[in-house]
Amino acid sequence: MEYAIELKGISKSFGPVAANKNINLSLVKGEILALLGENGSGKTTLMNMLSGIYMPDSGSIFINGKKVSINSPEDSGKLGIGMVHQHFKLVERFTALENIRIGMRNVKSVLIRNNVRKNIEETAAKFGFNIDLDKQVSNMSVSEKQTLEILKVLCYGAKIIILDEPTAVLTVQEIERLFAVLRKMKEEGHSIIIITHKLNEVMSISDRVAILRHGEYIDTVVTKETNEKALTELMVGHKIELNIERPIMEKTHPLLEIRNLTVKNDEGMIAVDHMNFYIRGGEMLGVAGIAGSGQKELCEAIAGLRKIEDGLMIHEGKSIVGLSPKDVLAHGVAMSFIPEDRLGMGLSPSLSITDNIILKNYNDSKGIFVNRKNGRAEAQKVIERFEIVTPSTETPVRRLSGGNVQKVLLGREIKSGPNVLITAYPVRGLDINSSYRIYDILNEQKKKGVGILFVGEDLDVMLALCDKILVMCHGALQGVVNSDNTTKEEIGLMMTGSLNIVDRYGKTAGIAKDSVITDEEGKAE
Amino acid sequence: MNNVVEVFELFLFNIIVYNIPLLYGTTGEIMIEKSGSLNLGVEGTMAIGAVAGFLFGARFDSLLVACIVSFIAAGIVGLVFSFLTVTLQANQNVTGLTITTFGVAFYYFIGNAVSNGEKGWPKFSGTQLDAQSQALNIPGLSSIPFVGKALFSHGILVYVGVLIAILMWLYFNKTVPGLKMRSIGENPAAADSLGINVTAYKYIHIIVGSGIMGLGGLYMALNMGGTFEGSNCWINGYGWIAIALVIFANWSPAKALLGTLLFGFFNTLRVQNAALAYAFPNVLGWLTKIPSHFFSALPFIITLIVLILSSMTSKGRSGEPQAIGRSYYREDR
Repeated sequence: MEYAIELKGISKSFGPVAANKNINLSLVKGEILALLGENGSGKTTLMNMLSGIYMPDSGSIFINGKKVSINSPEDSGKLGIGMVHQHFKLVERFTALENIRIGMRNVKSVLIRNNVRKNIEETAAKFGFNIDLDKQVSNMSVSEKQTLEILKVLCYGAKIIILDEPTAVLTVQEIERLFAVLRKMKEEGHSIIIITHKLNEVMSISDRVAILRHGEYIDTVVTKETNEKALTELMVGHKIELNIERPIMEKTHPLLEIRNLTVKNDEGMIAVDHMNFYIRGGEMLGVAGIAGSGQKELCEAIAGLRKIEDGLMIHEGKSIVGLSPKDVLAHGVAMSFIPEDRLGMGLSPSLSITDNIILKNYNDSKGIFVNRKNGRAEAQKVIERFEIVTPSTETPVRRLSGGNVQKVLLGREIKSGPNVLITAYPVRGLDINSSYRIYDILNEQKKKGVGILFVGEDLDVMLALCDKILVMCHGALQGVVNSDNTTKEEIGLMMTGSLNIVDRYGKTAGIAKDSVITDEEGKAE
Repeated sequence: MNNVVEVFELFLFNIIVYNIPLLYGTTGEIMIEKSGSLNLGVEGTMAIGAVAGFLFGARFDSLLVACIVSFIAAGIVGLVFSFLTVTLQANQNVTGLTITTFGVAFYYFIGNAVSNGEKGWPKFSGTQLDAQSQALNIPGLSSIPFVGKALFSHGILVYVGVLIAILMWLYFNKTVPGLKMRSIGENPAAADSLGINVTAYKYIHIIVGSGIMGLGGLYMALNMGGTFEGSNCWINGYGWIAIALVIFANWSPAKALLGTLLFGFFNTLRVQNAALAYAFPNVLGWLTKIPSHFFSALPFIITLIVLILSSMTSKGRSGEPQAIGRSYYREDR
């Protein structure tokens, strides 16, 4: 068999984090290979090493049987590799033609003339693209931009084409059109790698599937010889027994009810799509979903940081829609969100622990002066209670280790005595011991009767820690399952959109029996 | 009546005289900003180009030498700016301000040293350098009534400045390297993914842009008779106005031509308001009643108004490069 790409023993780390560990992968000439894996499994990093954005720490790359080193995007382009990035690399101010023109290598003329237009139009016609070359990118729809990206790499003569989650932003019809183009490209002898989470797409478009999990290569299987269930198992792995405590508490009435919540993301696209759920006191509700399925927007909407488009958010019988973050907090809803870079949201890295704690309650001070004495005492309390390792209360937060930073953030939110605690990725990047300490802190709160929303990444942890798990896919609710009553595979299928059990038990998931919202109020507008 | 015509001609003539240094500064800065960097060091870069160009020009008694040295000296300043901000990814604002402080101080330092040296400050009037920078007197054109003198009897540097603006416009809009350069100012990650050498493009355009500013500085030096005053820098705040003019010109070298004319007009008003009032006592007599300090402040007041007005225009039509002022690092996550 002739290989277009062979990767042997590729490793890449970012600081202490290993994104790819000893990966072997092959792409047969003229095939469509799906690259499957959860978020953070290292797919994009691996592909960026083929496109010359990153360089591997070790391992070797063979293109068409020849060993190569790819040091820059230019090298990658010369080898006939074209990548369509998930976040389009287009100049918004330029027209389609100009965007294509700046990457053309083989045209001698330095003047912008229309001589390249004919070639581009021919390529577009060959693959059935319908594109206006004089349209400015900023006026294009997402699907048009993607078409342009694909046309771009084809015009540069790429024979190996990598698409990073191309379907994430498309509608069903657009996806069908894209797949038709991909099949056409395959007929013309191009080799294609497509990164995706959606199993039905993998089954319909690919010849083989390669699976990555936590930065490691798991297996490559022939699509015809497998099924969605087997792929999910390979993707999420077998269930690992974790010794995490889960106290069973008597549950109260629903503290926070969310009904028909619709929220848009920064790009103006629907991020949370008619979401329903509720949290009772003494209950921990997990939120599972592939990263970027709307978790961030959901948390921000509840905390009052993001405007909602539609829906109800009722906390203990009162609406919290449209309240400022401060008022939401005063209601008793606290949020701690750990973003990917840990410090981005919630804490100010250069300020001390004391200052960061004061940030949340400076309003309690009288007059224009901040009461630092109280702040320091409170910081000391948080440090002692959560065993934060720090030289003093005045140490800047950025000098603390990751686990301690997260404890400061969580400690500050808990200190305000909320009865609903929203926590997103609280153990992100932590070692085992720190993670367990965080679980203990959350369980303590749960025992006090606090309702907790736990947005997580690791399914094993969520199955062990949470009472119930809500699964979302592209902002829509796929169902709510009981942790004792489900499997990792079932959640995996729901996360990838292959399974929807919102109406499984004859009632709509996410709506409480004793809801304070009447049917009339709850109807979507 | 003759007097009136003369005043009018001189007024037009001076508008061009005052607009040219701004044109050099503005077009140079446009080139740098279009490639994605914000250089606040225009004033300093012009000062260094001026003092280096003039002294070497006087030493070799040649305008060509003056121009080359001025371009190279200012280009070196651009090289330093590129190294600091592109390679070492230093903050562009701080680096630019440092260059201005350094450049103006360099002018006083060298100027004082030469003035107090054995030979003293070089003479300008009567030299070849003086002669070469004088009006060209283009036969035929210069004798067109009214506008002939104003438009066609300037030193060669005036026409070079206009030529640079036109060539730059063509380069930006009609050539592929110009397109690539603009793509870097808009979205360096996109340009990089297409194999465009972002670092090399930034270096080249910052250096050339700085060199153009240096020529503007030289023009000011020659226009002030090349005398070192010691109390007032030749550049006299024009570098700052040039930065504002970039916004006024909406990052287009062609519009910079118009924008600088406007400033030339107000500057000329400052110098010639008395002459105007004398020539047209009935219509413009009130000009003498305005304190002269107001005219001195006028270019800066206009700058302020221009900034407010151009900030109010819609974002969609703005020519501001999207990635201006930001460092680019490929492996940024």
